Amino acid sequence: MALDQSFVGRTYPPTAPYEVGREKIREFAEAVGDANPAYTDRDAAAALGHADVIAPPTFVFAITFKAAREVVQDPQLGLDYSRVVHGDQKFAYRRPVRAGDRLTVTSTIEAIKSMAGNDILDVRGEVHDEAGEHVVTAWTKLVARAAEEA
Amino acid sequence: MAAKIAYADVEVGTELPPASFPVDRATLVRYAGASGDFNPIHWNEKFAVEVGLPDVIAHGMFTMAEAIRVVTDWLGDPGAVVEYGVRFTKPVVVPNDDKGAVVEVSGKVAALLDDQRVRVDLTATCAGQKVLGMARAVVQLA
Repeated sequence: MALDQSFVGRTYPPTAPYEVGREKIREFAEAVGDANPAYTDRDAAAALGHADVIAPPTFVFAITFKAAREVVQDPQLGLDYSRVVHGDQKFAYRRPVRAGDRLTVTSTIEAIKSMAGNDILDVRGEVHDEAGEHVVTAWTKLVARAAEEA
Repeated sequence: MAAKIAYADVEVGTELPPASFPVDRATLVRYAGASGDFNPIHWNEKFAVEVGLPDVIAHGMFTMAEAIRVVTDWLGDPGAVVEYGVRFTKPVVVPNDDKGAVVEVSGKVAALLDDQRVRVDLTATCAGQKVLGMARAVVQLA
């Protein structure tokens, strides 16, 4: 069943702040095998002009995706979340995420489409820091695959 | 920002040093923990097969994280990445053997933009198949 188009343009309230920790950044950098010292060494980060260690570019997805999940699990939307796969992901950075940031995400449903029985949902997450400054925008395309015929 | 590559030193077609990124089941468990994405298709073979996958697959976001390393290693400063986007076209299948899988990533400068920025187009393959589509980053050069 096609999703309700009236959800297009709907913006959800900002999430509670997520505090970015140095050790969480280190853990993420180690998990992707990235030894860039900007992620773990404050002096190295400072030499590049950053106020503290910064996070790898895709780190912020953990925060925006959690926010997007709350949106797509809105029972009124009626998306079958068990059939959702990640289609596209894009980020536009105003500045890198860094340790000490307290980030909130404001999610908006940008588009809803149905193609060949698949429901396709575009969610934009605007990430702001505690001072209200924009840090990064994340665009996530989620595809709920058509249910197979029984 | 302090990219170590100067705008004046690149042209359309400039190739970035390519890299290979191995991934095995332990890598995926570690990434699941670090990212908070515990979807069982990334660590539970029985579950993955039941939902129609050939085997456990890597998180798309893991592959996206590896691909941008070709850019951030080249730049020196990961903070010089201005935009980054990908399409997840094919899964990276990670067998439970002593080899796992390898994601091969290459990149080249595709366009010179204003403000000393360039667009880098990335190619990511695994077992000879493209696993990311439209993989592009805009970066701020010195």
